[in-house]
Amino acid sequence: MKLPIFLDNHSTTPMDPRVLETMLPYFVEKFGNAASRNHAFGWAAEEAVESARKQIAKLIKADPKEIVFTSGATESDNLAIKGVLEMYKEKGDHIITSSTEHRAVLDTVKSLEGKGKATATYLPVDKFGMVSPDAVRNAITAKTILISVMLANNEIGTINPVKEIGKIAKEKGILFHCDATQGVGKIPVDVQEMGIDLMSFSAHKIYGPKGVGALYVRKKNPRVRIASQMDGGGHERGMRSGTLPVPLIVGFGKACELCEQEMAKDSARLITMRDRLEASIMKDLEESYLNGHPTNRLPGNLNISFAYVEGESLLMGMKDIALSSGSACTSATLEPSYVLRALGVGTDLAHSSIRFGLGRFNTDAEIDYTIKKVIEIVTKLREMSPLYEMAKEGVDLKSVQWAAH
Amino acid sequence: MAYSDKVVDHFNNPRNMGSFKKGEEGVGTGMVGAPECGDVMKLQIKVQNDTIVDAKFKTFGCGSAIASSSLATEWLKGKTIEEAQKIKNTDIVQELNLPPVKIHCSVLAEDAIKAALADYQKKADGALTEAE
Repeated sequence: MKLPIFLDNHSTTPMDPRVLETMLPYFVEKFGNAASRNHAFGWAAEEAVESARKQIAKLIKADPKEIVFTSGATESDNLAIKGVLEMYKEKGDHIITSSTEHRAVLDTVKSLEGKGKATATYLPVDKFGMVSPDAVRNAITAKTILISVMLANNEIGTINPVKEIGKIAKEKGILFHCDATQGVGKIPVDVQEMGIDLMSFSAHKIYGPKGVGALYVRKKNPRVRIASQMDGGGHERGMRSGTLPVPLIVGFGKACELCEQEMAKDSARLITMRDRLEASIMKDLEESYLNGHPTNRLPGNLNISFAYVEGESLLMGMKDIALSSGSACTSATLEPSYVLRALGVGTDLAHSSIRFGLGRFNTDAEIDYTIKKVIEIVTKLREMSPLYEMAKEGVDLKSVQWAAH
Repeated sequence: MAYSDKVVDHFNNPRNMGSFKKGEEGVGTGMVGAPECGDVMKLQIKVQNDTIVDAKFKTFGCGSAIASSSLATEWLKGKTIEEAQKIKNTDIVQELNLPPVKIHCSVLAEDAIKAALADYQKKADGALTEAE
């Protein structure tokens, strides 16, 4: 086993060596511009792009023509939301989204609101982090033109009832955008069955390269139109100008193909490892709380709050394991995770959370090591924690008058 | 964020971690911070003849908060009450090489020192009044 261990697969994933192999010829030998229509270099590049487009479309049950390449999921989210708002502004300006969306969605919506280009409803989530389809239905107004709800949450892994939301959107004739960055490649996605009109996802979360993503844009029932946000050569059917990064797209295609072929096997393996990690930690550490949905969540996700210890110090104590925390100290804003807060997790427990993100290349030995380390460091830091000491003495921490600073 | 070697050292080998026995004489306790803010420090001093003969801490917080309080106990030992009053958060920042985003940890440590001194003073004054 090699240290450090990477258990932060929601942030990014290592590239699969098989993906790299397919990309290599497209840097030096087959370097053509896919938009060059009149020579062999261009044709080779175009062929590679179109073959990748098929691999990607197949994974999400779409038509290859419905795939628009972007630089990543953030750009896809921006393009979908801003593009729809601009294109359909005659119809209305109201967006329905949820409070636990990724910042790429929330900040895009907020920016439109700030410029007076949109009005928005941010739906709350239940204690497991799930958006209620009924709440979506009730939030719809005559001005609603877009619903944007994520497939699976990046912090707690909770999977939303996307199919039900898609049905409501269709019934009301409202477009449905889904940020599926964490879900695509990990759980089955079918844009037809789920009633999704626009969907964002990216390559680097599924063992592909960084710097490329896609926006699925439905072509029929209904034909969705978006206003481009990047002017130029009119690539990607006019929706996203800019020379296509052929090697990245080839890698993205291969990554999708591998996910499609290996999803069942990968996900069964991840669930077994994840459940073992969860059970072993919970058995040995009292007052550890699972954040997110107990069953309906991403295979590789485990988010736990350890009462009486602070998240950043936990990470510091396990510096040979790459993890992430909802603690304020790990963020630039000094605010603890807004996702955990939206679930109703207390600020104190939000500060104490750790996200484990398991992926394709993690091993049982790494999980064993992590279990041992987590128990060790939580125990050590609790010994050091005045809160733990008080709780053990029977002091109700909620009744203490803290001098907030 | 990269930590300075001194922060890492205090984090891995905290000095004077623990609590004095309840009711132990000459002890002043300062508890500052709040769980909602992500850091709580408990700092205790034991005073004999106006000199801090021992100090202990327990901290809930990030590595820098733990290091700041650990360092504070190290500095407090052997100092007189008057000398201890003069410990400034900026001294802690300098010693631990804390980045701007962690300065609040040093402020909290200074607050904890002040609170422990005040608590000791209050108890000492109380004892004096009783004796009279």
